[in-house]
Amino acid sequence: MSVSSTATAPAVEHSPTPLLKRLLLKPEMGAIAGAVVVWIIFAILAGDRGFLSARGTANYLEVSAELGILAIAVALLMIGGEFDLSVGSTIGACGMIIAILSAEYGWNYWMAVVAALVVAVLIGVVNGIVVDKTGLPSFIVTLAMLFMIRGATIGVTREITGRTQVGGLKELSGFESAQKVFASDIHLFGTNWAISIVWWLVLTLVATWILLRTKFGNWIPGVGGGLQAARNLGVPTTRVKVTLFVCTAVAAWLVATIQVTSFGGADVLRGTYREFYAIVAVVIGGTLLTGGYGSALGAALGALIFGMVQQGIIFAGIDADWFQFVLGGMLLAAVLINRFVRSRAVLVR
Amino acid sequence: MTTPDLATPAVELRDISKYFGTVVALEHVSIAAHYGEVHCLLGDNGAGKSTLIKIISGVFPPDRGEYVFEGNPVRFSSPRDALDRGIATVYQDLAMIPLMSISRNFFLGSEPTKGWGPFKRFDLEFADRVTREELGKMGINVRDTQQSVGTLSGGERQSVAIARAVYNGAKVLILDEPTAALGVKEAGVVLRYIAQARARGIAVIFITHNVHHAYPIGDRFTILNRGTSYGTFLKTDVTREQVVEMMAGGQELEELGHELEEFARVDGLAAEMKAGQAIAAEGRAHLPK
Repeated sequence: MSVSSTATAPAVEHSPTPLLKRLLLKPEMGAIAGAVVVWIIFAILAGDRGFLSARGTANYLEVSAELGILAIAVALLMIGGEFDLSVGSTIGACGMIIAILSAEYGWNYWMAVVAALVVAVLIGVVNGIVVDKTGLPSFIVTLAMLFMIRGATIGVTREITGRTQVGGLKELSGFESAQKVFASDIHLFGTNWAISIVWWLVLTLVATWILLRTKFGNWIPGVGGGLQAARNLGVPTTRVKVTLFVCTAVAAWLVATIQVTSFGGADVLRGTYREFYAIVAVVIGGTLLTGGYGSALGAALGALIFGMVQQGIIFAGIDADWFQFVLGGMLLAAVLINRFVRSRAVLVR
Repeated sequence: MTTPDLATPAVELRDISKYFGTVVALEHVSIAAHYGEVHCLLGDNGAGKSTLIKIISGVFPPDRGEYVFEGNPVRFSSPRDALDRGIATVYQDLAMIPLMSISRNFFLGSEPTKGWGPFKRFDLEFADRVTREELGKMGINVRDTQQSVGTLSGGERQSVAIARAVYNGAKVLILDEPTAALGVKEAGVVLRYIAQARARGIAVIFITHNVHHAYPIGDRFTILNRGTSYGTFLKTDVTREQVVEMMAGGQELEELGHELEEFARVDGLAAEMKAGQAIAAEGRAHLPK
């Protein structure tokens, strides 16, 4: 043992862990390596079919962005020790609220977007308070919310419109300005890049900064790694958890707004399975399922891998049915690799 | 820290009782901890030690009796209230997050910040420096304060937890079984830090059921047994053996002594028989075939 534990032992020189070693122990290291490997694989398999072109890149980055926005928030929540399975349903609900309020009730599009945001915040608060006050596992609480929100979305939509899809939003007031913010393209390198990619990158930076450089960011792994301990030390644990649940719900709202504004319509089934894809991205990104350890950058990279695989398979001409198989395999591999890395992180001295 | 009045106890509980439903957890217990002293709270499992420290640390109030802090009666409604007055508790789980770094753990819940508004941030450089300094003052040298707490040994973690409480302005330090899970050598290290905390003028309340850890360092001993107190004794007034006897209840210990003697006698018989069998076997081996 190189750490001196007695006052009488010779003092050990202060020497930080070597930079290379420290980099290798970062939670997102596996995801960085994974992203490079996946990119190389598809560069070989589908490089001549457009995967490497600017257009191909913009294509998979858009897929990555829509999952990434969700995954970053889910990562913070999972570091805080909780799951949110209700985000997929929240995407469906928020999309429908925007579509119904603007198309059926003639609200200004922006007002409808804000109304959906309010509902998302409420969903997050309910999730957070129920989990915190009952002490039930968030897996169960948000699983219940998953079905309740989806069921209510379908029920209410059919009650009001008689259908399960609402379209024709493009002519409405306020839609055009919303399109600029949520669904425009940026022309660069001879192709169009979805603005959602910018949202994704900005949110990655903000979340990483919060996690690594703020007081709140220190509380997140604290609450996730030892709830009672954090509470004893004066961390406002209820506030932290509720805030994190609100973040995931708001991320779902943002994804919903981007989708509805891109398509000009909403479907009650939007966002199905997104909660699981988000967890896959987060875990590939090196975040511990049990909380207390992880990275927002890792989750963003997990989403990047997800996008590359989903679109890369299509570029490579492989039947898209195989996507889920590959996804599951990668999840398993990521968990095993991350566990190995983490055991090194604890053992290193 | 203001210079405390040494004659007045830092913390005093007068004739405290606590019930959980029909269960009597504590009855008519009094204890007084002074600055610059180690007050050992001794007792077997279920004696009421945990209940007593939860009252002192503000987790719940007593049902009867008085809580006096620096001469003034107080009533705490949460551990935060106690903490604000400098009554800090180091629990058995140490309130450490294994996968977080030492300095992040050190400042969890009381992070130093710099900057303003949306750019207000956790001052990590300050945290690293202070953590290293404070641990150094306690005689702990860590190679890198950014290494995870999971890399530290049990005794080191305990010491970091104590150093953190002291840095956060603890005037009264409650240590819940700090040596329970430690080996002999590690326990010695922790006892040394307790002595250092005392030297800094802190009132230490040291909870343990191990007399051999308590006796060398304690100035006063309060012995609990099944929710009642045998009273408080100065070290000069009591021997180690007397403390042990009171802790377990003298009668029971005497019985135990007899039982152990009985075991020893049976063991002795068994050993003799074994030796006899061995000799017999030896003899058989040498018999002509």
